[in-house]
Amino acid sequence: MVDFALPAAAASRQDWVTRAKMLGRLQLSDKAFFHITRSAAWFVLILLGAIIVSLVIGAWPALSKFGFSFLVSQSWNPVTENFGALAPIYGTVVTSLIAMAIAVPIGLLITLFLTEICPLWLRNPIGIAIELLAGIPSIIYGIWGLFVFAPFLQRTLQPFLIDVFGPIPVLNTLFAGPPYGIGVLTSALILAIMVLPFITSISRNVFEAVPPVLKEAAYGLGFTTWEVVRYVVLPYARVGVIGGVMLGLGRALGETMAVTFVIGNAHKVSSSLLAPGTTISATIANEFTEAVGDVYTSALIALGLLLFVITFIVLAAARYMLLRIERRAG
Amino acid sequence: MIDLYSRRRHRNSLVMGLSIGATLLGLGWLALILGALIYESFRGLSLDVFTQMTPPPGASGGGLLNPIVGSLMMSALGVVIGTPIGILAGTYMAEYGRFSPVTGVVRFINDILLSAPSIIIGLFIYEIVVAPMGHFSGLAGALSLAVLVVPIVVRTTEDMLNLVPKELREASSALGTPQARMIWNICYRAARAGILTGVLLAVARISGETAPLLFTALNNQFFSTNLNAPMSSLPTVIFQFALSPYADWQRLAWIGAMIITFAVLAFSIIARALAASRKQS
Repeated sequence: MVDFALPAAAASRQDWVTRAKMLGRLQLSDKAFFHITRSAAWFVLILLGAIIVSLVIGAWPALSKFGFSFLVSQSWNPVTENFGALAPIYGTVVTSLIAMAIAVPIGLLITLFLTEICPLWLRNPIGIAIELLAGIPSIIYGIWGLFVFAPFLQRTLQPFLIDVFGPIPVLNTLFAGPPYGIGVLTSALILAIMVLPFITSISRNVFEAVPPVLKEAAYGLGFTTWEVVRYVVLPYARVGVIGGVMLGLGRALGETMAVTFVIGNAHKVSSSLLAPGTTISATIANEFTEAVGDVYTSALIALGLLLFVITFIVLAAARYMLLRIERRAG
Repeated sequence: MIDLYSRRRHRNSLVMGLSIGATLLGLGWLALILGALIYESFRGLSLDVFTQMTPPPGASGGGLLNPIVGSLMMSALGVVIGTPIGILAGTYMAEYGRFSPVTGVVRFINDILLSAPSIIIGLFIYEIVVAPMGHFSGLAGALSLAVLVVPIVVRTTEDMLNLVPKELREASSALGTPQARMIWNICYRAARAGILTGVLLAVARISGETAPLLFTALNNQFFSTNLNAPMSSLPTVIFQFALSPYADWQRLAWIGAMIITFAVLAFSIIARALAASRKQS
């Protein structure tokens, strides 16, 4: 803090007064700056608190009216004001899980390529290109999905899936119905592309943090590249990779615009992945401005609260795991 | 024995092939999206896009002037509101409270806010700004964007200030500089490029955000710079036009999409270049 040495020379009284004034002012500005920065830091905490409180208050009318049945009811009827969240919850979970099932292996394979095989000079350009996928705004994925990707799937992949799985008893319910183009599967595929860069960039960091000595020792024993990755890198990087995957999952769960374009916004739980469905965020985006009446609005905010709670848990788990990795590395 | 070797080798080359394939898939996808954007939008690109208002349903012609202006205004205001809060909070975490438990909690919460679904932010601003005011407004849109800016800036500011060598701080303290003055004149100056990178990343992030604007700024068919009234923005116009049945609207949606994408990519590439130049020097 501010301190000052007594002037050795005999300064005039006037000098002393101005000097003390100056120092007082400095001390004051020092204190003020400290308190301003501290309140800004607290502001971040208050922001999160305010978000939760405002969502709970907004959701209360719907939650108190429907109670637990809000979570398990499939009905979504603005006319009779009867709302249940089952269809959006189901859509959110299913699209995200399929997206992760596709994105995790592909993301890890890309990481493997970037950290083990790729020539050094190509690593950064390719890494940046993959990360640019994360920079593209989600509405662009939406418009591309609607006009380019969905018609493409309607012509190719979906009829193929229907033909192949048609005669197989259980799987044919998963791929039943006409190929709409839009629907749960299309949304999941687009989500997969969107979370890919998150998984790749985090697992790349973790893969590169594996001590070279370990890998060299394994190569020295005659491991192939794949065996080094499988038995040395992956076990060492496991927690970090899981953290990255959870982070991607958090993104997928909350993703709004891309899904809104291609999921079809149908409030029902259907067994077929080709059928239109809805997710929590798509429901809010589509219906919030048109919602008439307090219960309708409140039901949509309750959906938002639900989404926030789910993503909060997933993201907190992800951060906790990544924190553990950082501590071990640092 | 030989059998085992060749099986391992085969498995290895299989996985290597798959990983090359996966990388090509990722890169190909990026190329496909950018290619479609360029192909679809260059057909209709003309100067009208930047000088004309959005057309009414079914009418041909028209441009995107009002959403472009709206987007610029709300993004700028969002950055102006969000950046100081973010920098100050990051300053506290790196300079004053580096070892205090509050910092750990703030960092954790901030990281969660960083990846929280943006539509939730829209609902939040609706609850605390739009509902009490009784109408949608550009100001509410800017505030929701500011909430998105804060965590990004907090994160980069803290990281960058942590990289400032402590010898610099010790030297300035030894000269009797008050701490606040040291932060302003030494630490901020040393971390300037890094903090600017964070702000640019935040700009890139919010200029494409749609979800929080849908029910804060809503949309406006007409030219308006009134922050107290509903305001048009590129993402919401894309959303509305792309889902409409009119070919002209869809064409404008594609053009808007291209403008946003290239603006966002330009911002993130500048941010990267800035970060890279800092690393080298």
